[in-house]
Amino acid sequence: MKMLTRLAARAALPGTRRALATPLTTPRAGFSSLGHFPGTNMPYVNELVFRDPKENDLIPCFRIMNEQGDIVDGAQDPELGRDICTQIYTNMIRLNSMDNVFYDAQRQGRISFYMTSHGEEGIQFGSASAIRLSDMVFAQYREPGVLMWRGFSLENFADQCFSNQGGHGKGRQMPVHYGSVELNYHTISSPLATQIPHAVGAAYSFKLAKEERIAVCFFGEGAASEGDFHAALNFASTKECPVLFFCRNNGFAISTPTKDQFRGDGIASRGAGYGIPIMRVDGNDFLAVHEATRHAREYILKHGRPVLIEAMSYRQGHHSTSDDSTRYREVAEIKHWKETCDPIDRTKRYLTRRGWLTEEQDQHIRDTERMNVLAALQKAETKGPPALETLFEDVYDHKLPHLLEQEQEMLEHVAKYPDHYAAGH
Amino acid sequence: MVMSLRPLRASSSALQRTLRRAASTAALETKQMNLFTAINDAMRVAMATDPSAVVFGEDVAFGGVFRCSVGLKDEFGEDRVFNSPLCEQGIAGFAIGYAATGRTAIAEIQFADYIFPAFDQIVNEAAKYRYRSGGEFHCGKLTIRAPYGAVGHGGHYHSQSPEAYFSHTPGLKVVIPRDPIKAKGLLLASIRDPNPVVFLEPKALYRASVADVPVGEYTEELGKAEIVKRGEDVTVVGWGAQMRVLEEAVSYAEELGISCELIDLQTIYPWDVDTIEQSVRKTGRLVVSHEAPKTGGFAAEIASTIQDRCFLSLEAPIQRICGYDTPFPLVFEKYYVPDALKNFEAIKKVCNY
Repeated sequence: MKMLTRLAARAALPGTRRALATPLTTPRAGFSSLGHFPGTNMPYVNELVFRDPKENDLIPCFRIMNEQGDIVDGAQDPELGRDICTQIYTNMIRLNSMDNVFYDAQRQGRISFYMTSHGEEGIQFGSASAIRLSDMVFAQYREPGVLMWRGFSLENFADQCFSNQGGHGKGRQMPVHYGSVELNYHTISSPLATQIPHAVGAAYSFKLAKEERIAVCFFGEGAASEGDFHAALNFASTKECPVLFFCRNNGFAISTPTKDQFRGDGIASRGAGYGIPIMRVDGNDFLAVHEATRHAREYILKHGRPVLIEAMSYRQGHHSTSDDSTRYREVAEIKHWKETCDPIDRTKRYLTRRGWLTEEQDQHIRDTERMNVLAALQKAETKGPPALETLFEDVYDHKLPHLLEQEQEMLEHVAKYPDHYAAGH
Repeated sequence: MVMSLRPLRASSSALQRTLRRAASTAALETKQMNLFTAINDAMRVAMATDPSAVVFGEDVAFGGVFRCSVGLKDEFGEDRVFNSPLCEQGIAGFAIGYAATGRTAIAEIQFADYIFPAFDQIVNEAAKYRYRSGGEFHCGKLTIRAPYGAVGHGGHYHSQSPEAYFSHTPGLKVVIPRDPIKAKGLLLASIRDPNPVVFLEPKALYRASVADVPVGEYTEELGKAEIVKRGEDVTVVGWGAQMRVLEEAVSYAEELGISCELIDLQTIYPWDVDTIEQSVRKTGRLVVSHEAPKTGGFAAEIASTIQDRCFLSLEAPIQRICGYDTPFPLVFEKYYVPDALKNFEAIKKVCNY
């Protein structure tokens, strides 16, 4: 908690060379604006001060363990215990297995599209394990691990990717656009950053209803360039909403490196400008992510303010199955991250050093998870598509007359050319 | 034929008929309201009957720049009636998120001209929220209100009529009232409809249109057009502020002995095809009029649908009397708008065809 406030204060005080005596804040109670600018209590200076954010200290990155899985000097092992750590590791392997198998399935043309989470497993399970199921998640698309942690089964994932009748979304959206009302995970949509103000509105709803829950919003560093990011943070701050903004900074938005995305100190530095407490964390360290998220959640509920976490990571995989990332970055760079900083490897070392995992157990987990993924995939593949009539459902709360009419038109047309449409279906 | 145009304030015969009907059918207690006080009253009823309802937008806390939210903050508290930062995409996105928790969001965009920054949120998010989740999530308790239309001197960005943009978006409903009675009933219905609604308010009528509005509860059905005046020779269709213009045009035509059937579409999308179709089957002639530019305007949708359904009944080509395909001008507003004389000419044209 201390760290959180300290970091926030530091970021709110740019240009430490000639730091302001008091940070820019809202006026003190009873403050009269006479003689001052409205909404401020800033002091005057008689020297021309030009503040260059490049002179600011970089916001440090919080970590608990190093690449070898050892607790770093001065850090405190949160001692989450064997059960939860093993569970996190097993889920990481499950997600990784799903990614490998589903990615190949797309290459074989069995599903139309896929996006892997390679390298971001620490972010997903570290954060998911630190929030409550009642907290409402609004995600971008590279956070299936959060949903997996909440109980979305391999079969659920496979059904959605195959657009079959078992899929919760009735086959309407592209693969990886998961969602679950029971698991408080709003359905993913493709337009980037649109979910960020949604999370704020939902959080405001929880606040008014006096519910002890927060909204958690995930997004990438590229999405943070959208106007909706700005809108959301400013609304959250001014309306004091219990929302956790969780940025996955993995270095790339498709082919665009961060140097083409922004020139400030990442995403975290922006929070301060909105009056939002911030944290930067090593996203490949699941312990650090877990602790940062847990503290943020407590802080949000205690103080009724939003928090911004920026988790640093590296997108090891291609952006999606429609992307070949070696066209814009060196294979050696990808290899470096895979070999030295992989969150799964790091978690494994942490578990192994504690005697919580042997090579044999590891192999067993990997074999089991892979088999389960393959079984889910095969099962999903055999389920047929949703009924044709569902095409017209859920546009509105019920099928309106013009939709019934269009449905009838379609059914009659399809009945006229059954061979053609059966082949395509 | 020389005539002086009636002032906007003159109360129309159609309005009087609506009043009489409202009074006779329900014997409701009424109170004189203009359009903005009727909107205000609708929101008051919505908030009083639904503790989850919130009203927000730019400058709504002090009562709104058009006075629509006057008194609501004092009555329901600053948590439920509040100013937002100046950011339309934020207003729409925040409202969607609030509504997606199952609670009622009434968001205001200060002018319909400024709804475009929220276009992505409205079209890609609000409209598709239910469909894309397979019905698991929805933001049906969302209503976005915005003043729209010509106001005499609004220029490019205080005059627009953007309904056609939204009528191209499955999942949305688009509603426009023509007077205070309709404004209250349709707004209450929109707020309670389990689907997201874009509710456009004719700002030229905020003060100009006055009526005895039933107090308390009542709603008008969405998706239904209203035959404002029965006639035999030609069907004239419009909505919102344009209804006043059309009433005037129709009265000129009636002086020439042309019997006009005047219809207020009320819900632009999804629209009441049957009512228009039945009318045109009877009259054989159709004039559709709106302030928005002609190309891609909603009149095109009506004209093509009616041409398809009433081909054998049509005695003349369907006429669209609309704004021209230019940005909304300042100094030439009088020439730009599809006024009563332009519509009068169109009515004569279809009758003499």
